[in-house]
Amino acid sequence: MGNLFSLITGRTIGQADGLHKGAGSEAHLKATALVQICQEDMNRLGIKEGDIVRIRSNAGQVEAPALKGDLPTGILFIPMGPTANELVETDTLGTGMPPFKGLRVEVERI
Amino acid sequence: MSAVFENVTCKFCGCLCDDIAVEVEDRRILKAKRACPNGLGMFLNYDPTLQSPLVEGKEVEWDEAVSAAADILSRADSPLIYGLSSTSSEAQRKAVELADRLGAIIDSTSSVCHFPTTLGFQMVGGAACTLGEVKARADLLIFWGCNPMEAHMRHFTRYSANAKGFLTPNGRRDRTVVVVDVRPTKTAKTADRFLQIEPGTDYEVLTSLRALIKGKDINEPVGGLPSEQIKELVQMMKTCRYGVAFFGMGLTMTAGRGYNVAEIFALGAELNQYTRFFAMPMRGHGNVAGADQVITWLSGYPAAVSFARGYPQFGPGEFTSVDVLARRETDAALIIASDPMAHFPRKAAEHLERIPAILMAPVTNCSSQVANVILPTACYGIDAPGTAYRMDNVPIRLRSVMQKVRPTDEEMLMRIMEAVKQ
Amino acid sequence: MIGIIGGRVFDPMNGINGTIQDIWIKGGKIVSQEEVDPQKARRIDASGQVVMPGGVDLHSHISGAKANAGRKLCPEDSRRLIRARTGFFRSGSGYTVPSTHLTGYLYAEMGYTTVMEAASAPLVARHTHEELQDIPIIDKGVLITMGNNHFIMKCIQNGEMEKARDYVAWLLEASKGFGIKIVNPGGVENWKYGKNVQNLEDEVIGFGVTPRRILSALARIREELKLPHPPHIHGLSLGRSGNADITVETIKSMEGIDAHFCHIQFMSYGGKPGEFPKSAAVKVAQAVTENPHITVDVGQVLFGPATTMTSDAPFEFSLSRKIGAKWVNNDLESESGGGVVPLTYKRNDPVHSTMWSIGLELFLLIEDPWRVYLTTDHPNAGPFSGYPEVIRMLMDRDFRAQEFEKIHKKAMKNSILPELNREYTLNEIAIITRAGPAKRLGLKNKGHLGVGADADITVYANLENKAEMFAHPAWVIKDGEVVVRDGKLIREQLGRTLYVSPSYEKAIEKDIRAHFDNSYTVSFENYPIAPEHIGPSEKLTCD
Repeated sequence: MGNLFSLITGRTIGQADGLHKGAGSEAHLKATALVQICQEDMNRLGIKEGDIVRIRSNAGQVEAPALKGDLPTGILFIPMGPTANELVETDTLGTGMPPFKGLRVEVERI
Repeated sequence: MSAVFENVTCKFCGCLCDDIAVEVEDRRILKAKRACPNGLGMFLNYDPTLQSPLVEGKEVEWDEAVSAAADILSRADSPLIYGLSSTSSEAQRKAVELADRLGAIIDSTSSVCHFPTTLGFQMVGGAACTLGEVKARADLLIFWGCNPMEAHMRHFTRYSANAKGFLTPNGRRDRTVVVVDVRPTKTAKTADRFLQIEPGTDYEVLTSLRALIKGKDINEPVGGLPSEQIKELVQMMKTCRYGVAFFGMGLTMTAGRGYNVAEIFALGAELNQYTRFFAMPMRGHGNVAGADQVITWLSGYPAAVSFARGYPQFGPGEFTSVDVLARRETDAALIIASDPMAHFPRKAAEHLERIPAILMAPVTNCSSQVANVILPTACYGIDAPGTAYRMDNVPIRLRSVMQKVRPTDEEMLMRIMEAVKQ
Repeated sequence: MIGIIGGRVFDPMNGINGTIQDIWIKGGKIVSQEEVDPQKARRIDASGQVVMPGGVDLHSHISGAKANAGRKLCPEDSRRLIRARTGFFRSGSGYTVPSTHLTGYLYAEMGYTTVMEAASAPLVARHTHEELQDIPIIDKGVLITMGNNHFIMKCIQNGEMEKARDYVAWLLEASKGFGIKIVNPGGVENWKYGKNVQNLEDEVIGFGVTPRRILSALARIREELKLPHPPHIHGLSLGRSGNADITVETIKSMEGIDAHFCHIQFMSYGGKPGEFPKSAAVKVAQAVTENPHITVDVGQVLFGPATTMTSDAPFEFSLSRKIGAKWVNNDLESESGGGVVPLTYKRNDPVHSTMWSIGLELFLLIEDPWRVYLTTDHPNAGPFSGYPEVIRMLMDRDFRAQEFEKIHKKAMKNSILPELNREYTLNEIAIITRAGPAKRLGLKNKGHLGVGADADITVYANLENKAEMFAHPAWVIKDGEVVVRDGKLIREQLGRTLYVSPSYEKAIEKDIRAHFDNSYTVSFENYPIAPEHIGPSEKLTCD
């Protein structure tokens, strides 16, 4: 399985702006339904910018357009929001905090 | 005719900038001078017109909505009160009182941002200073796993990197800025030094820094950083005049969570044998720090509190919202000024679709779609005044820039409390 | 209308020492018998019981940034004492730092009706007031830290004393404070450079002033503003062996001007710095006796858990490093600092045992009860709930001797406690726990039972075991309402926040505004606290 990645979710300006337009709004969904991946990994997996990829975790799976991101290899970034939430597991290890960062996921091109 | 209100506090994020000039005409905000894009979005998009509360999607009178909410809460065996980070401390105080009277669980959005910081704090303590001290004195700033350029956009200019104070008259030139992160964020691009560490290695890197400060030697790379780079950082920390490490969810959400934070707090404390050094969380929502404060002074604990036994019990992993929802241990929810449907993992959020839920918030959000009762309340800091706590725990007054026509969260909570008593 | 009938009344302010008298209450005040209709008044039979004014605590950390940091830091402390909600009453938790409602309940159940929050920086006073509103029943006020304030130090440096005076008045009004608190003057500012001050002539970095000049300036300002309470001073070198010398020097430095020195136990150590502390209670007690304008409270150590919290931030740092405990620090811009460190006082620790002994020695050596007050510097030397135990040790020589036998041998060897045979009388207890502190706070309607006083009254069953007696009063009346019966809370009501608002030259605001623009991250307009934001309150006049 060469397609294992570590998923990081986080805030972005677009995601915050989407929230102002209303969480669940078109702007919010658009700003959060994407996945960033570095060029090297894109090349390795044969993904072009804009391609829809499927990301799977123990909690669920999503499909989202891939975007080139300034990231190290092996890392995916998805803005905080509904897309990321499909993937995040709920085991908080007694801390209340789900693994929003550093979650193991699998990626494949569709 | 428009009117301009000066010294308005923006409660979007934990910076609580209180220098915004807000121009209002016909109950709409035209301008919010000095606000960052995030704050501006909040001011300009808020619609303060009176809206009917909804019960099961139908517009009803306020009395009916209040009694529907009270009914849901009184019938429940294990209600959850969640959110609180964007409301005022006055409303937070009422929310805790309601939780006490109901025997409910109360938890704030801290639960999914800096609750691990609380756990780290409880392990080792923490040395901090107010943002004015950062502005006046700090000559070394470390941003660890946080990205103020996107999340706290005026932090640099008002309080930290670019601010000018009495020991830092030249602002940015009087300071060294270091960013530690797993990816080159916008903040990293402004730094004097960017240390890109391998994901999940924060704990190792922090422990190595502590070891070096204690005089141990390290000659191997840690977290992908050559040991020379780590040693150089140690030297910078030991020899600065007043150092501050701000940290964010890069520490609280990754492997180690509270232990990562305990490590950075311990590091900060230990450096005080050489110089002054502090480690401080970048708190997200405008009054999330206030939620910690209020729940603490009323119950003894900052979040994850259950009153089910009649007295407050603290249960990280037990009474924290994601756990409670994922385990389906609650049978009704009162969501205040927050949006768990947008921010919780799917498996936790979907329990909110199963149970009766009440949403008290000034705006429509993802949680509106699942709430059985919706109470559209006023927005503190725009059409209602109140108190909020900045990320450094300094309390700041939220002004109102227009006459409110909507009820406040505080008023709603008092009415629900009355209805619950009957 | 209530009549408290046939009790032995201890009202030292009015010279009443255990005579049997009736006390009449109407409209929340104490009135003469002629003003009530004895047929209509509720009669409380106090025969065989002891009647005193409600207790007054002039130094207790019950609220605000530090207290709440203490709660948050120590869930283990919150688990030590829990109270479930019952009917109207709220639940709560916390042994050394109780949650807010529990704090009010515990004080009331102990017969205390007025408590002064010992320290808040003005920048975070809004927080302190929010908590005080959630402490029911008791009246309270806040002492405002000023000993490391940039504006004041700059005025002193420039010799602008009128400007400093106007600023202090403005600051008290802005923060809705009750009085001037001085903590380690200059030392907290120097701590921001990793340093401290060791003696009265040390320089405060960047200001060219000294602790001596800060103390004397603020003491004079208090006189000029006619504030009800003198400067409330936590001096230099708290907790350090050998600090008694600097304490005595500081007392003398007041040169006849009124001042209150708090938790003097922590300031009365002999020996050399860094070495084992010896008792210097004799020396300090003598200095207090010889300087009649000085009053003190003791800060008696109680064995068991405590949470230290003080604006003396460098002290907390060194304590935490010494004992390896978790440490909280907060530097506050332009004003102050603070720290929190949890600590358990143990009998088998020779230092803790010595501290315990020094506190009692001070109580017994300072002869004038009007100048020494009962405190534990709550929760620094132990929680206020330990007051009844301290009272028993003061009143009961045999019990004291028994407790002395349990302390560490090394502490015993250095203690003069066994030679001190004094036993406090009930009248003296009434002085050190209510009349004295009320008088020193300048509260004309508190601490006595004369006509016109607030009807805050405690009735105790006269038990042999004084700890038992003072822990569970038979009746507690606050503002004319019975709030406690047989040691149990029966009624919750709101207390008032007491504050002062001395007049000042408004022109000063221009300078203060400029200072805010340069030095603060909160705007000048958003800093002052409006009277309507502190809940029920009472403004005291300065005359």
